Amino acid sequence: MKTKQTLLQAVRVFLLTLFGVLMLFPFIWMIATSFKQGADVFNLSLLPSNPTVKNYINLFSSSNFPWWFMNSFIVGGCVTLSVLFFDSLVGFTLSKYQFKGKKIIFILILSTMMIPTEMLVIPWFIMSNNLNWVDSYWGVMFPGLMSGFGVFLMRQFFTTVPDDLLDAGRIDGLNEFKIWYMIAMPLVIPALSALAILAFIGNWNAFLWPLIVSNKVRMYTLPVGLAFFNGEFQTQWEMVMTGASVASIPVFLLFILFQKQIINGIALTGVKG
Amino acid sequence: MKKQISSKSSFERSKRIWAYAFLVIPVLFYIIIRFYPTFYAFFLSLTDWDIISRDKNFIGIENYIKLFHDPIFWKTLGNTFEYVIYGLPVSLILGFIIAYNIDKVDKGSGIFKSVYFIPYITSLVALSWVWRWLYQPAPIGVFNKILISLGLSQQLFLFSQTQALFSILVTTIWSDVGFQMIIFLAGIKGISKQYYEAAEIDGAGNKDKLLNITIPLLKPTIIFLLVTGTIRYLRLFTQVLNMTFQGEGGPLNSTKPLVLYIYNSAFSRFDMGYASAMTVVLFLIIMIITLIQLRVMKSEN
Repeated sequence: MKTKQTLLQAVRVFLLTLFGVLMLFPFIWMIATSFKQGADVFNLSLLPSNPTVKNYINLFSSSNFPWWFMNSFIVGGCVTLSVLFFDSLVGFTLSKYQFKGKKIIFILILSTMMIPTEMLVIPWFIMSNNLNWVDSYWGVMFPGLMSGFGVFLMRQFFTTVPDDLLDAGRIDGLNEFKIWYMIAMPLVIPALSALAILAFIGNWNAFLWPLIVSNKVRMYTLPVGLAFFNGEFQTQWEMVMTGASVASIPVFLLFILFQKQIINGIALTGVKG
Repeated sequence: MKKQISSKSSFERSKRIWAYAFLVIPVLFYIIIRFYPTFYAFFLSLTDWDIISRDKNFIGIENYIKLFHDPIFWKTLGNTFEYVIYGLPVSLILGFIIAYNIDKVDKGSGIFKSVYFIPYITSLVALSWVWRWLYQPAPIGVFNKILISLGLSQQLFLFSQTQALFSILVTTIWSDVGFQMIIFLAGIKGISKQYYEAAEIDGAGNKDKLLNITIPLLKPTIIFLLVTGTIRYLRLFTQVLNMTFQGEGGPLNSTKPLVLYIYNSAFSRFDMGYASAMTVVLFLIIMIITLIQLRVMKSEN
């Protein structure tokens, strides 16, 4: 019985490792190829015969890549800050105050998660056209400044904050805004960090809306730039792989640093159902 | 005593005022950026607007009639359902198998979780281009070079009318199996150990426990993944735009999903009314699926 169990364990680990390597196969090839040049690109050997960082230098010196990288950072950063501020404020309000219309506001905000973005992009585009928001950071950012998911997540976490603590703040003469950010917010930092990372990654990878609202090449975000990259470099696949690597690496780093928060945050989306 | 009550009620009133103040900007945001555009899309679907003309002519349900007679609409809708029907079950089953085994592993479950999950959070545009390259004919594409070195014949993959849709699905499943895995793992971890202990006393083996405890108790998780997955696959777009020649969903529309057709109608041909009508159809399909989910969940409870 015991040997059967250990054998089963070994088989499990072996199969999970095997398929795990297959999962990583595209990433391994992507990164390996980004260090190759010339005829080496067409070689079926994984390791570059003379590894070079020329593709990376080329990417940052003679393409619009630095712009796209910066745009993605600015857009992702600003949207994340906005989501953190508003979603937590709304979540707090909906979990800690009693007022008329509370339930209906919560339901309406949650119901926005059901509306497919594809339906909204046409009106958003018309709106942006009329208000001159095309080719601006604001144009890329405005649809994502708040999210129903964030409100839901933060509301769940604020209900775990004891009311007594908030009342203690009130006795000390703090106003409600200060009670929110000085007392309640520090108690939900794990939820805030999960929300921040998910919001940033979501925006970093967002494609459909940035594609629609940016016409000027210098206003592209990274994914939009990558989509048109091939034309810029005439199917130099090693350059495409270098671009794809650069787009993926920040996410890899975030994932290595905040693995727990990311996985728990994603798992939370499924808990309620 | 009286004074205390009145000061308490004025205190409660000030709290209410704060609450409303906190909600003013968010409520305006949701009205202007979410609800108004939703209704506006419905309205546009009843017009023939092309963004350049000043007037929006009201043409009733003409767009919907045109849609009904448009073979490309039916083709893309059919492709979309093919993505859902062939792709989602594979992704769910693989996600479950991976989660089930990771849960049972003594060591290294953290590393396995990361490895299987990482494609899900990486830029789909970047990944699509990597896979597009892998699928190229020799001497470029890695898959074909491997096939040749094994003495097998080259495959057309993305250039074949019969293989392209499945090639895109492989990429899609690879990129989203990690999501299913994480949600399944959370579900499996949520099952109380007592059930398994009780079953062991009755002499149940691994297979009995899997079929009689794990799977039945995961029903809410499965319903959740089925619904969110259906919606995600119905909205498939990015992979096809980035993996097919000139983003056209070819060869010969064989991979074009509904959302890509919407995108082309709206932003290449500027047929805003017609494209809006298609988004309304998509919205209705998603709404029906969500309502079915709510109904099923309710009857479960």
